[in-house]
Amino acid sequence: MIIQPGTAAPDFVLRRADGAEFTRADLEGATTVLVFYPFAFSPVCTDQLNLYDEILDELAAQGATLYGVSCDATYSQTAFRERLGVSIEQLSDFEPKGAACRAFGVYHPAGFPQRALVIIGPDGVVRWSYEAPSPSELPGANLIFDGLAAAAA
Amino acid sequence: MSELRSAPVPAIGAEDHVRGPADAPLVIEYADFECPFCAALSAKLAGARVRRGFRHFPVRSSHPRAWAAACAAEAAALQGRFWEMHDLLFADQGRLEDPHLWERARRLELDLDRFESDRRSDAVSGRVRRDFESGVRAGVVTTPTVFAGGRMHAGEIDVAALEAPGG
Repeated sequence: MIIQPGTAAPDFVLRRADGAEFTRADLEGATTVLVFYPFAFSPVCTDQLNLYDEILDELAAQGATLYGVSCDATYSQTAFRERLGVSIEQLSDFEPKGAACRAFGVYHPAGFPQRALVIIGPDGVVRWSYEAPSPSELPGANLIFDGLAAAAA
Repeated sequence: MSELRSAPVPAIGAEDHVRGPADAPLVIEYADFECPFCAALSAKLAGARVRRGFRHFPVRSSHPRAWAAACAAEAAALQGRFWEMHDLLFADQGRLEDPHLWERARRLELDLDRFESDRRSDAVSGRVRRDFESGVRAGVVTTPTVFAGGRMHAGEIDVAALEAPGG
């Protein structure tokens, strides 16, 4: 099951595009929106990141930073990001594959992240989470703002 | 809090672009002039007995000229020619660069200087942004998405069903 609000974010290691680690410590001090998506270059993920790219300014205005997370290798994620022309930073859960996704409870048994959203407060505690009913369903950007509102309440 | 939290799709207001018989079923479209599926739906709706309200939903990373095209349509609207520009944009989606937008403005006999300053104005981009944000709030994720009879339709849209009263 996806990680629930009120739970401290687990320890995890993701990789940024340049190979640097992104860990629990990187969540502290800012609100973080993790967007777990199944595969780089898949059709729904493309629409999802394109749409979310349009709301980054509004998120920043609320002090929130949004990241894309998948099990693709960093090079694939960078190619995906450049192909789409989006600025959303990508985090890779490539090796050990899916370990961070498992820690957040969003790893699909078929070997990819469920399409899910997790909002983590500046204190490292999960404030809101959402798992799409199926990987083919694209969560609207409105859900992220609903989640932020719930997180701030 | 953010203006982007979930809310119902706004009712048609004075700022909206609307055409079609007043007594026909209302269809509110969220669309993007660079989206081929939007052009196809628009052509089908043109032959349907519906009242259409058009709202902008440009997603720049998929369609780099969508925003410019939306602003061009709004600049034409300020000279009373929104729907004419709407039709010309959808009619030729391969030509959406600036010179192509100017050519359309000339064909519509717009005041070109005014068109050029309006389409780059904050008022026009704010107008497009308001449409986009209303769509995000209502849960629009892809184009085209339409609202009819209190329901949201996306993907393969059955135009005949939209013509039925109550959508």
